[in-house]
Amino acid sequence: MSEVLLDFNNVTMQFGGVTALNEVSLQIKQGEILGLIGPNGAGKTTCFNVMTGVYAPTLGTVSFEGKNLAKLKRFEITKVGIARTFQNIRLFSEMTALENVMVGADARKKASVGGAILRTSRQRHEEKESRERSMELLQFMGISDRAETAARNLPYGYQRRLEIARALATEPKLLCLDEPAAGFNPAEKEELNELILKIREQGYTVLLIEHDMNVVMKVSDRVAVLDFGQKIADGLPADVRNNPAVIAAYLGVEDNAS
Amino acid sequence: MSLVLNFWLRVTALFSGFGEQFRAMNKWQRYSAYGLGVVALYLLPYWPDVPVLGQIVNTPGSQFETVLNDQVVIFVLIALGLNVVVGIAGLLDLGYVGFYAVGAYVTAILTSAHGNLPWLLALPIAVVISMLFGLILGTPTLRLRGDYLAIVTLGFGEIIRLTAKNMDWLGASRGISNIKKPPSMFGLKFGVLDAKPYFYLGLTMVFIVIFILHRLEYSRVGRAWVAIREDEDAAELMGVNTFKFKLWAFTIGAGIGGLAGVHYAGKVGFINPDNFPLQLSILFLAAVVLGGSGNMYGAILGGILVAYMPERLRNFSDKRILVFGIVLVLMMVFRPEGILPKRVGNEHKKRRARSQEGEVAS
Amino acid sequence: MPDWLIIRTFWELTVTGLALGSIYALVALGYTLVYGVLRLINFAHSEIFMVGTFGALLASSQFLSIPLLEDGNYPYRTGMTLIIFLVFIMLIAMLFSGIGAVVLERVAYRPLRGNGDAFGAIVLAFLTAFIVSLVFVDQAKINVIIALLATAPISYAYMRFFKQGRKAPRLAFLISAIGASTAISEAVGVWSKHGRDQYQTPRLLEKKTLFTMFGTDVRIDYAIVIVGALLMMTALTLFVNKTRLGRGVRAVAQDAETSRILGVNVDLIIIVTFALGGVMAGGAAMLFTLVYDQTRFNIGFILGVKSFTAAVLGGIGNLKGALLGGLLLGLVENYGSAIFGGQWKDVIAFVVLLVVLMFRPTGLLGESLGKARV
Ligand SMILES: Nc1ncnc2c1ncn2[C@@H]1O[C@H](COP(=O)(O)OP(=O)(O)OP(=O)(O)O)[C@@H](O)[C@H]1O
Ligand SMILES: [Mg+2]
Repeated sequence: MSEVLLDFNNVTMQFGGVTALNEVSLQIKQGEILGLIGPNGAGKTTCFNVMTGVYAPTLGTVSFEGKNLAKLKRFEITKVGIARTFQNIRLFSEMTALENVMVGADARKKASVGGAILRTSRQRHEEKESRERSMELLQFMGISDRAETAARNLPYGYQRRLEIARALATEPKLLCLDEPAAGFNPAEKEELNELILKIREQGYTVLLIEHDMNVVMKVSDRVAVLDFGQKIADGLPADVRNNPAVIAAYLGVEDNAS
Repeated sequence: MSLVLNFWLRVTALFSGFGEQFRAMNKWQRYSAYGLGVVALYLLPYWPDVPVLGQIVNTPGSQFETVLNDQVVIFVLIALGLNVVVGIAGLLDLGYVGFYAVGAYVTAILTSAHGNLPWLLALPIAVVISMLFGLILGTPTLRLRGDYLAIVTLGFGEIIRLTAKNMDWLGASRGISNIKKPPSMFGLKFGVLDAKPYFYLGLTMVFIVIFILHRLEYSRVGRAWVAIREDEDAAELMGVNTFKFKLWAFTIGAGIGGLAGVHYAGKVGFINPDNFPLQLSILFLAAVVLGGSGNMYGAILGGILVAYMPERLRNFSDKRILVFGIVLVLMMVFRPEGILPKRVGNEHKKRRARSQEGEVAS
Repeated sequence: MPDWLIIRTFWELTVTGLALGSIYALVALGYTLVYGVLRLINFAHSEIFMVGTFGALLASSQFLSIPLLEDGNYPYRTGMTLIIFLVFIMLIAMLFSGIGAVVLERVAYRPLRGNGDAFGAIVLAFLTAFIVSLVFVDQAKINVIIALLATAPISYAYMRFFKQGRKAPRLAFLISAIGASTAISEAVGVWSKHGRDQYQTPRLLEKKTLFTMFGTDVRIDYAIVIVGALLMMTALTLFVNKTRLGRGVRAVAQDAETSRILGVNVDLIIIVTFALGGVMAGGAAMLFTLVYDQTRFNIGFILGVKSFTAAVLGGIGNLKGALLGGLLLGLVENYGSAIFGGQWKDVIAFVVLLVVLMFRPTGLLGESLGKARV
């Protein structure tokens, strides 16, 4: 069908004795929303960490648009077009919401020390662009009313959405969301679903980690399931839901996963 | 005591209230206020001649303008530079005195020991060489995490001092004398007795540094620095080339430290390794944090206090350092973010938004 | 083979290097313990060591009334008396340093963690009143009286402040440590009997050769230092690994939050950690005076920097690392001095540190407490 954006090829990731990912192969196609689910400790976040260069995989390769990511530094991977949020919120707490997003937007900018000291026209232009784009994104996420508030003083829900805004500001092709709805109530989850769908409409590809099965099933075009570091299923939401292996994996954790 | 605490809160409230008022003024009012402030600062050497005020500010036992230049200006410059490294970028540097020493020594070498350059030419060379030292030290060490950096930089400061002390080429423990003074300019003559011209020169350097740092702070560079300070991993994953920007912070800080060294060498005309003890680095750091790490004006205030108070409080001279130590502990217990904490959010952003409208309009 | 200094004196350098290194290692343990538990560079640890040397001095010259003979003779003791005296002096030094370390923690660090207690409030209140009164009068007795009078109301206000439980940023701990370090050494410099002068400590042990090894005479004091340090370190390791409190220390070092949830009394563990570090520094202090026969108000600074370097060299937070780093640093300094000249000793130490960190960013043995991130 459509072309493969990110290719996870037989990736194994070990931490000492722990095998967090065991020969996982996964492909993300241009323009889709791929849900990544699995019980606690299944290796979902580790997938993100390998993709974004936080860890180098023990075995296997990750490539993005056909380009191997192994040799790239983390910030270069961002520039290639992968952006992420964090499961445990990691905003720049002493910066305002707007500045947080601007840091993301700055990833695409060039002006550095010389430009800033001399206030070259390029620098001023970039600065204006960063600011306007960041403001737009805050509006898009519905949190622009607190643009000037320090991130650490924002309400929890704002912080989660600010993480997404910051990631979007880096102009990614692939947006990776690590449990963006964690701690949300159903109404908030519903709102977030809408937003994720809207983000996709704008042409982003989305990789979504989510514990809440209902959410995943609703927004994802395709769902992949990890369990103990192994991919046990990959397919349409309806198929995955009825996959016996998936049901088995989830049975033991049903009560604390919701 | 709650009275005292209360009073303290009032005073700080007064300051912030003052800030609010200041921001409420229009552009011209604001500029004239700036102008007046600048003039008052250049007139600082004459403050002791003013009745009442003179009584308060004058330093017993040492010449006021000498204190202003040799202590206050030097400390302010250094606090500004160190604030970039520690306060803004969050890199714990315990060897900042090393860059100060490099600036002073390069000036001494070029104008006296092994050269005959004029001071004015030595200045840019010394600053660039200080920056190079920052680059050379930073390249291998900035990959280390926080506390490792602290001990390595501390070692660096000590290596610089000991090298100066043990190499004849650098004057060994005798030091280097006959360092050239700044040339006469704008009717100012830089002699041996009068410290005022040096102060004017130093104050001008301070303003230039503030100007540059202000531009850096409110730009992509400044945002990258703060992001690194707040969460280095997250910053890198948001596309910040953390190593490059850390190196820049280190290098720029080194350059400013070097500049202070150049100014110092030009004023005193004679330097030796004992001018650059390890303890000075720690005093510099204390100044920045005491004033308000991460806030340029806080750092300046810290620099002023740490340099000036010991001279002012001569009456219990042998216990000054003791008192200083206790004050540091008390400050960190009760106001760990410093006298003028860094501010995030609203206040200055509104002002900036306004001034940008101004820019667009003009 | 050429007649190089390093080759001629290699074994002698090794013995003295190991002795110096043992002292570094003991002090380094204090840095490493506190760093392991609190992620804090306890900058004032050097002053805890200094206090220990004064404890040793006090023990020998006051408690044991051992005179400093001016006529070139020494008040040597022998046999059982000597052993009892040495042990007594060491215990007093350990007591001084141990108490010093615990007080330091309560006054200068604990309030910053957001749970200051009455003890801290009272000491801080006294200090506040004391320095404020200095502005008006400068006579120690009067200052103390004024300060004592004002302590109660001020400490009340401070307690109320502590109730807010505000936590300070990381940098504040370091500055508080620097302040405490300055204050402690200055207090000794201002108020001890000879102020800032050097103190001679009585030498009650004749420093003769104990035995000869590889053609080098091993002096008895060096032997005591090396053996004493190893014994103390063994005791510490046993304590940390085998006792309940020791396990608590390790648990908090791994993960303070989880330990707290699991019912570990974290504040108690922190006090134990400081006390352990203090006791080790006190032992080091006594051994130091045994070899060098002197002390001074600022003797801790450079030694502290070196010991911290040793801790980082070996891998901070790692007890074995402190030992390895200390011994290595002592040796490297000695060999290096023989090759390049004594004036380069400190430069060599720091260059070695730089090189090691370049290749092993977390020290030779690594931090024992891995940090899981992201
Ligand atoms: N840096 C690390 N060091 C050691 N083990 C790790 C590290 N990171 C992850 N692991 C281990 O790898 C396994 C997978 O962890 P991961 O965080 O990827 O799970 P997850 O699927 O995101 O779980 P959750 O739903 O709880 O977020 C876990 O057993 C975890 O303990
Ligand atoms: Mg996870």
